[in-house]
Amino acid sequence: MKLTKTLLASTALTVVAGAAMAGGHMSDSMTLVSWGGAYQASQDNAYVVPYVAMNEGVSATWDESSAEAVAKLRAMNEAGNVTWDVVDVVAADAIRLCDEGLALEIDHDEQLADAPDGTSASDDFGDLIVSDCFIPQIVYSTTFGYRTDLVPEGVAPPSEICSVFDLETYPGKRSLERRPINNMEWALLCDGVAKDDVYDVLETDEGQDQALAKLGTIKDSVIWWSAGADTPQLLADGEIFMGSTYNGRLFSVIEEQNQPVAIMWDAQVFDLDGWIVPAGLSDEREARALDFVSFATDTQRLADQAKYISYGPARLSSAPLVSTHATLGIEMAPHMPTDPANAKNTFLYNYEFWADYRDDIDAKFQAWLAQ
Amino acid sequence: MTDKSSGPMLAADGTPLKRSLSRALRMQKVRALLLIAPLLLFVVLTFLAPIADMLFRSVENQIVSETLPKATLELADWDGDGLPSDAVYEATFFDLFAAAERKLHTRLGTRLNYEETGMSSLFRRTGRKLDDFGDVYLDQFKKVDRAWSKAAPWAEMMSDPDWLAGQEALGRGDAGPPFVLRAGMETLLPRTSDAYQTFARAMQEEDDNPADEKPWATVHIALAEDLATQDVSTYTGPGKDRLQATAALVGSADFETLDYTAMFLDINDNWGDTDVWRTIKLYSPAYTSGYFLNAVDMQLTPDGPEWRDEREQIYGLLFKRTLYMSLVITLSCIMLGYPVAWLLANLPTRQSNLLMILVLLPFWTSLLVRTSAWKVMLQQQGVVNDVLVWLSIVPDDARLALINNQTGTIIAMTHILLPFMILPMYSVMQTIPPTYLRAAKSLGATNWTAFWRVYFPQSVPGIGAGSILVFILAIGYYITPAIVGGTSGTFISNRIAYHISSSGNWGLGAALGALLLAAVLILYWAYDRIVGIDNVKLGG
Repeated sequence: MKLTKTLLASTALTVVAGAAMAGGHMSDSMTLVSWGGAYQASQDNAYVVPYVAMNEGVSATWDESSAEAVAKLRAMNEAGNVTWDVVDVVAADAIRLCDEGLALEIDHDEQLADAPDGTSASDDFGDLIVSDCFIPQIVYSTTFGYRTDLVPEGVAPPSEICSVFDLETYPGKRSLERRPINNMEWALLCDGVAKDDVYDVLETDEGQDQALAKLGTIKDSVIWWSAGADTPQLLADGEIFMGSTYNGRLFSVIEEQNQPVAIMWDAQVFDLDGWIVPAGLSDEREARALDFVSFATDTQRLADQAKYISYGPARLSSAPLVSTHATLGIEMAPHMPTDPANAKNTFLYNYEFWADYRDDIDAKFQAWLAQ
Repeated sequence: MTDKSSGPMLAADGTPLKRSLSRALRMQKVRALLLIAPLLLFVVLTFLAPIADMLFRSVENQIVSETLPKATLELADWDGDGLPSDAVYEATFFDLFAAAERKLHTRLGTRLNYEETGMSSLFRRTGRKLDDFGDVYLDQFKKVDRAWSKAAPWAEMMSDPDWLAGQEALGRGDAGPPFVLRAGMETLLPRTSDAYQTFARAMQEEDDNPADEKPWATVHIALAEDLATQDVSTYTGPGKDRLQATAALVGSADFETLDYTAMFLDINDNWGDTDVWRTIKLYSPAYTSGYFLNAVDMQLTPDGPEWRDEREQIYGLLFKRTLYMSLVITLSCIMLGYPVAWLLANLPTRQSNLLMILVLLPFWTSLLVRTSAWKVMLQQQGVVNDVLVWLSIVPDDARLALINNQTGTIIAMTHILLPFMILPMYSVMQTIPPTYLRAAKSLGATNWTAFWRVYFPQSVPGIGAGSILVFILAIGYYITPAIVGGTSGTFISNRIAYHISSSGNWGLGAALGALLLAAVLILYWAYDRIVGIDNVKLGG
């Protein structure tokens, strides 16, 4: 194992070094895969435009398929024709891709840029490197937005997670994601389970029933969403009082569309998004992909992305460099999920737990929904 | 009568007419076949073959026996009670070690996690820790001779001299011809030969030269076991002194050996859970009925198929719902489409052309746009509810729930599938001569009788064609139900989509798809028996 690792690292080194010296050994076109929308635009502005400007003759094409990245990469791998070079996925998918041998293992210190002060990449990213294949990019959070104009008179705006389950104080519909992840945790938290015990409880059949029973108390008032754009639309139309979605989507509803919406940060769930390089690329394409990824995840580039969207850069060293929004001109730091004022009570997506329990709990959850 | 006496009728060239005719016909058939060959080939290659391949995954289960070949063999003798024997743990160690080196163990973990929660992390963690245990033997071997930890001495001892000579000339990244074992090794050191061959094959798979790579820990372990049982004093090849000295060490009392059961339990408690082993044993065969059982809310157990826990039953419900709602959608398409088709067929050309454009216009609009438009129309703060409240038909605090439920799915899908009903009806109605109705009326029929007894029976083939089209399209729809269906209006296809693109359980997705296909074929057959497929027309 150690031998293979050193071998891998040295091969990668020679490839990178060789490519850097000769220059001509990297393929001059690449296909990047992302989620589309404002997020992909922010990546295009912060990473791709400067990269293409620096490397003359290189062209990049976008494919908006990140939602089906695992299935498509598996199919491509079986067909023996991988057409993607760099793929943006959530951390859970990166772990699965790594497990299935569909993503390239990365030596983070060798293949990624150091921080400006010389800190190695693995120290700079820290715990966010949740898989050997995963190159972290942003921290985003799933949290709640609510209509400020629908808060009943004489009542304080919702400030803690259990107001989601409190239909008496805060009447109105909610929107929750149509999957067990996050919802089960929130339900248990509001059913008297201590934060540290949530996953121990959720491992048991009784715990799962308890969470579903708690969700059952608001089931009739919930609209279940499956696309990230659903909750912002429902909020903007006044269809719901509060709903969960990604914090960047709420930022754009609030600051760009000026809707009467506010964010409730309590018990927000942090998740990571980043790059993987598919396994089985030709040497030229792999060299280009690694070169791009190394550039796109350096300290400055990650900080630049925050000019376009309110997701926190994954490097520690990028945080002080986060500046103002590119068009709105507002300070971005207070809108980051990682900002100390917002991150008083947070969860980190439990990758290990959900890798094991996802199939089982999802089956129960979907059956519960359908009844 | 004269024919009979004068033998078979002859063609101009003297061959019997029958044969000459059939030859000419055959030529024609071949020519026709050649003409459609490109299409046939295209359909088979790009459509039928992938579907067959996908459906095949609903029973295919080779991953278990391919990743754990030795362990599944050993498990066959295990009766399922208590923990399996040490031999099973040993076989599992060798299999898993090789799988982990080739990064296949997590793939198997993912597969088995569909059946038993926790397998995914069990395999991932075990793969990471296996390395730590294998070095017990190498550390002891090294005390005899440090050469055991190098690549070359092993290669010299294990491989055929000719093969090895060929390997030396190879450059980097060249694996060379398949590994050849030294003659006689198979009988001298059987386990070591087996382990080294597995190692060499894996190296060559990754384009590495096995002669340059240090063997895995499994090879060391196999050697220790061989030396404990085999007599190596007859061996005269390279490294014979080293081998005999090591044999003496293995034979001595202070040689430390590995207890596989204890090692696995040390890596993870779950290896002591009989359920884990039962699951592996249950899914050892190359083909399984497990996916199909899952698709009908059952599960495979050592005692045969059993119903799933009631809280996890969902597919039966979804199949029934899909059929029921597709039927409702088909019926509402008939109700709405029939008058429109009649108008199209009977209005003067100018008006009917305009109407035709109106029918086709939504057809040319993106499906997503149409479905999302229904969201705007039907939601509680939407156009329909606003109008109803404004007209005081519905109170403001009790707005109708028209979307995110079955109603939403039925409305949106009826709208989307309507053209598929109208067009076949229209093309059939166009061929019904208007004189028939006039004749019926002149013979004294009322408007209703004339329509019901004369016109309607002639339009039935159009209804049949439209119904089949709409029903079969509806049964497999998933985008629209996903967007407007909420929880009560989703179809079985939404679960298929989930398993194909999200959960990665392609086997279950394929089983559900196969069942759906079977359901459609049965319904088609029933339709043929009841209505008759000859009674279906798509036009004139």
